[in-house]
Amino acid sequence: MKVRTVNYIFRQGLTGLWRNRTMSIASIGTVAATLIILGLVITLVLNISNLADLAQMQFDEIQVYLKDDLFIAEIDNIGKEIRMIEGVSDVIYESKEEALEKFKESWGEEGYLLDGLEKNTLPNSYIVQMDNLELADSIVKDLEPLKGIDEIKYYKEIVDELLKAAKFVRTIGLIIILILILVAIFIISNTIKLTLSSRRQEIGIMKNVGATNWFIRWPFLFEGVLLGLIGSIVSIIVVYYGYQYAFNAITSRFYLMLSTYIVSVDEMMKKTVYIFAVLGVGVGALGSIFSLRRHLKV
Amino acid sequence: MIELHNVTKTYLKGVQALVNINLKIEREEFIFLVGPSGAGKTTCVKLILKEEEPTEGSIFIDGQDVTRLSRRKVPYHRRNIGVVFQDFRLLPNKTVYENIAFAMQIIEATSKDIRRRVPMVLGMVGLSDKAASYPYQLSGGEKQRVSIARAIINNPSILIADEPTGNLDPETAWEIMKVLKQINRRGTTVIMATHARNIVDTMQQRVVALEKGRIVRDEQRGAYEYEG
Repeated sequence: MKVRTVNYIFRQGLTGLWRNRTMSIASIGTVAATLIILGLVITLVLNISNLADLAQMQFDEIQVYLKDDLFIAEIDNIGKEIRMIEGVSDVIYESKEEALEKFKESWGEEGYLLDGLEKNTLPNSYIVQMDNLELADSIVKDLEPLKGIDEIKYYKEIVDELLKAAKFVRTIGLIIILILILVAIFIISNTIKLTLSSRRQEIGIMKNVGATNWFIRWPFLFEGVLLGLIGSIVSIIVVYYGYQYAFNAITSRFYLMLSTYIVSVDEMMKKTVYIFAVLGVGVGALGSIFSLRRHLKV
Repeated sequence: MIELHNVTKTYLKGVQALVNINLKIEREEFIFLVGPSGAGKTTCVKLILKEEEPTEGSIFIDGQDVTRLSRRKVPYHRRNIGVVFQDFRLLPNKTVYENIAFAMQIIEATSKDIRRRVPMVLGMVGLSDKAASYPYQLSGGEKQRVSIARAIINNPSILIADEPTGNLDPETAWEIMKVLKQINRRGTTVIMATHARNIVDTMQQRVVALEKGRIVRDEQRGAYEYEG
């Protein structure tokens, strides 16, 4: 395509955008709203599955918390009994002091805050390693009747819950987004229709003089793409600042340690920017193509 | 050269616009298509432009069967034919110069060519001093001359004028006829569909008369009607 043609297409596209400002703003708004909701869903799903991954990593072993009032001999006894359960490959004892030390490490620089604790309330525990993750359920079943055990924690429940939540959010989100995408396409195609009808005469002359079909179509296609692109830029800005705000609020005001469980802002944007741009442009292009097919006979 | 072979055009509602038309128009000819409203003049024009397809028959332009032209090639076919309408069809927000230049822009002419050709064609239709005017500042005759300039700017070999004098007073109509005749003399085939009896009678050109979709008369140096 020749440079002056590209120039012409850009100018015509922008003029169309400006002539129907109200509809243009409505289109951009719909695209942006759709993508912002998509952003919300992606944020939730990514975070939940991130959490599930972390949980799986941390709980690929079964943690058996012991009651606080046991004698050393009793503790040893429990260890022996656990070792005898089928499928257990190794058992490691973690005293409450070791547990606190680990905890401090996980807090990193803020670890000194824990120095002020008067009493170590963390329990003694056994960390049970398995031959095979699949055996977790049966091992837990064998652990439950043992005396002196306060609580058994293992990954499967947590991960299952998290994955279920992620799946739910994803399904509902996708349905909403699909509907919104259709609405956005419809509104964009209406905007393009307006531009088309304000240009009837021009198009008629173009056909008579022998402009190629694509020469006539391009400005309208460009206008639609532009609407989608602006919408996606708006949504990227909103999602970026919104997520940053939420991230800061959660990590600074509530729990410092949560920051490792939440996907960072940069990571999030890296994953979403392309999706937004592609979807915005795609929705815009589709909207104008529908309109051109219905209202422009070339 | 334009040839219509056994062309019939029936519209969806069963209206027969053209019935078995055979017509041959030579290169550089000047021809009037006459007849009452609904006789098929405009349908003829639309078929040649390939805005409509004939129900039967074929249309050859310079040896090319237009009815078999693929959609992609239609624009290039139209570049070879200039069209002028009764209602001028100028873009109101563009100047005379821009209206004419527009026709070159959309076939992707270079701006150098545009700057060279537009003043030349404006000179041909006698509007050199109106280049910067807007359509609303022009008289009817001037508007029609702009639309003629636009129709010939890309050097088509055929110029079709559909009732070009329909909206003009007799004196202005003659100005337009002079311009058309001059364009014809430069080697462009001119086809003019018209009701204007006195113009046809005075010009003494070939006349093809249509009535109810059929050619009822075709004569060289003809008149609008048989005398007596």
